Amino acid sequence: MSSFWSAWIIVLTLAFLVFIIWLLRWNMSNYTHIKEGELMDHEFDGIVEINNPLPRWWMILFWITIVWGFIYLALYPGLGNFKGLLGWSSSNQEVLSLEESRAATEAHREAGLVVQYDREVQAADDRFGPIFEAYAQRPIPELAKDEEATEIGQRLFLQNCAQCHGSNAMGGKGFPNLTDDDWLYGGSPEAIKTSLIQGRRGAMPAFDAQFSDQQISELATYVLSLSGRKVDPEMAAAGKQNYAVCAACHGQDGKGNQQLGAPNLTDNIWLYGGSQEAIEETLHNGRNGVMPAWIDILGEDKIHVISAYVYGLSNE
Amino acid sequence: MSQTSPQQIEYNLKVVRQFAVMTVIWGIVGMALGVWIAAQLIWPELNFDTPWLTYSRLRPLHTNAVIFAFGTSALMGTAFYIVQKTCRVRLFSDKLAAFVFWSWQTVVLLAVITLPLGLTTSKEYAELEWPIDILIALSWVAFAIVFFGTLVKRRTSHIYVANWFYGGFIITVAVLHIVNSMAVPVSFTKSYSIYAGAVDAMVQWWYGHNAVGFLLTAGFLGMMYYFVPKQAERPVYSYRLSVVHFWALIGLYIWAGPHHLHYTALPDWTQSLGMVMSVILFVPSWGGMINGIMTLSGAWHKLKTDPILRFLIVSLSFYGMSTFEGPMMSIKSVNALSHYTDWTIGHVHSGALGWVAMITIGSMYYLIPRLWGQTQMHSVKWINTHFWLHTIGVVLYIVALWISGVMQGLMWRAVNAEDGTLTYSFVESVEASYPFWFIRFVGGLFIVAGMLLMAWNCYRTIKAGTATADYIDAAPQEAAPQSTATQSA
Repeated sequence: MSSFWSAWIIVLTLAFLVFIIWLLRWNMSNYTHIKEGELMDHEFDGIVEINNPLPRWWMILFWITIVWGFIYLALYPGLGNFKGLLGWSSSNQEVLSLEESRAATEAHREAGLVVQYDREVQAADDRFGPIFEAYAQRPIPELAKDEEATEIGQRLFLQNCAQCHGSNAMGGKGFPNLTDDDWLYGGSPEAIKTSLIQGRRGAMPAFDAQFSDQQISELATYVLSLSGRKVDPEMAAAGKQNYAVCAACHGQDGKGNQQLGAPNLTDNIWLYGGSQEAIEETLHNGRNGVMPAWIDILGEDKIHVISAYVYGLSNE
Repeated sequence: MSQTSPQQIEYNLKVVRQFAVMTVIWGIVGMALGVWIAAQLIWPELNFDTPWLTYSRLRPLHTNAVIFAFGTSALMGTAFYIVQKTCRVRLFSDKLAAFVFWSWQTVVLLAVITLPLGLTTSKEYAELEWPIDILIALSWVAFAIVFFGTLVKRRTSHIYVANWFYGGFIITVAVLHIVNSMAVPVSFTKSYSIYAGAVDAMVQWWYGHNAVGFLLTAGFLGMMYYFVPKQAERPVYSYRLSVVHFWALIGLYIWAGPHHLHYTALPDWTQSLGMVMSVILFVPSWGGMINGIMTLSGAWHKLKTDPILRFLIVSLSFYGMSTFEGPMMSIKSVNALSHYTDWTIGHVHSGALGWVAMITIGSMYYLIPRLWGQTQMHSVKWINTHFWLHTIGVVLYIVALWISGVMQGLMWRAVNAEDGTLTYSFVESVEASYPFWFIRFVGGLFIVAGMLLMAWNCYRTIKAGTATADYIDAAPQEAAPQSTATQSA
């Protein structure tokens, strides 16, 4: 904030509080020419007003809150660029990236300033960090059998993952089921952990421009036939003619490619629905799946524990 | 006005009657919508799989109906009544007053159509799209011209305190509405705010909180300052208290908006300023409550027999309670628990149902018989029944949401001591809230039942009467009355 605006805020705030003080003091004195307790000399549709003094307890309360207001504004940020005597802030203000935020956290810690958010995170990390560090030393398959670890993992899952994957981890349209053996990016402990750390972006391109409606119908029919569904053989055969385009990602046999996150088309498990219409929609418009990266939010140790929970869901 | 003898000048009560009737009708509509969406929280299938009836579209309709249809109709009607009676002149312009009524009802009607269609700016309490916003601005400017024009040609030496509050509310709401609704239209039904990011949020809550502060507080304090002394037939407790609490209240409120954005991307200094002013605001807010309740001193026994007075005085108690609760919730450490929970919704409703609705209902029970040539409502007993239905409803509502709100706040922050993970998932806090949402729904049923009884009572009163013709009293009003008790109209 420029020093002009800072001064503007300071002057406006203090002038206003001084006005309130003046207002209160002015009305504490009897400036009317009417004795206290008697009626004012005006009347409105039969309504008259008594010139009673301000209630004493109310006045005292007013003074207390005003004095408190000044004290608060001296201690905490409020008056423009003045940071307050306590050097407190709620968070690192005016940072624009994670790097800047980290640098600010470090700088504020060295300067001994109280950044409330950083302090609370630091306190939690100091206290609970070692617990997760210890878990992170143990291999995921072993951790998946540890009741305490999976309970912690489940709680973390419910807080952070259930919004998309569901409380029971069975997913929904566009969000993979984590309890079956079908994995878009692999179900090994390492693959699960990598998905969590880095996030994943699944992109199925739209084929609206490339294929006609008829060709898309044929392709969808062929795709359905890959998982053994009963389809019109002629349509499927026609679709197969164009399947080479799909094979680039889904493979010639349609078993998908975990390097790319291309789904297996032969197992009758469908991320966006397995009806003829749903598959045609996928072909027409494409799909974009986003799994966010969690490393900056949870850190690797907690991700390790969640990975164990997720791994355990399909590896009892 | 060309008349020379004041005896020939009649008050314009027609527009007051129109607003009074619409107040009752919109009250029922707005509150019934509230009950419906309260039920949807428990039984989501009550949206009947219809987009127009989903919670997301009916909720803004509920808030708009209650604030702008019910509340604002009541404010416009009583402002037009009080400014005439306390200034001893007819309204500045009958045509403009009629325009205020019809344009405002059009605004409400357009809200009823566009909000279920999903047309929204997505700004809370300012959802209506830009063409309607322009109509609101026009209607409001006409409202201001009629009100202040009447004040200017008043036949009294002073301006009564009720009119200060109405005046403050009218000017500020105009400024709030115009600034917050600034937008770039991209089509007839869609626009984008000219503000972005944290600035947009700040402008929105500067508007949002002052809609509460000026429309739902200052405006209704104006109503209180007329109908409480009238119904109690007592002088207002303290003139100087009304001076200090009026200026301090309107001065402090305008700073309070940032407390809606604690611990967000809003800069710390803004949050602190908002919090400091909100806490100080507690005291002048109570000034209004003290002045209202103390006006009854020496006439407490009237509460036993007069259900209208009971509505008015209990509304002031709810006002005192919510204006204590609000500053408390604006304190950062309290807000850290209460924010985003049902507590906020409970707080709003102790203000809206306890303060705003009860002062309005009481005022309407005073006003409606006098507008239709009667001395009292068709059934005073029914007023009493309404009082209890409403009070029970409000208490059920706010107690249920206090409990669920604090419970949600505690569940969201509960941490396992051994590993630091959160104890509950969000869904668990939703599940735990159901019993309280049910109690809230039952409370809402009580309130709507009371409103329906009111409507029937009003219908019978109006049917039995004829439109009042009320002439301006010619007697000079220079000398102050000598007795402490005042005469009722």
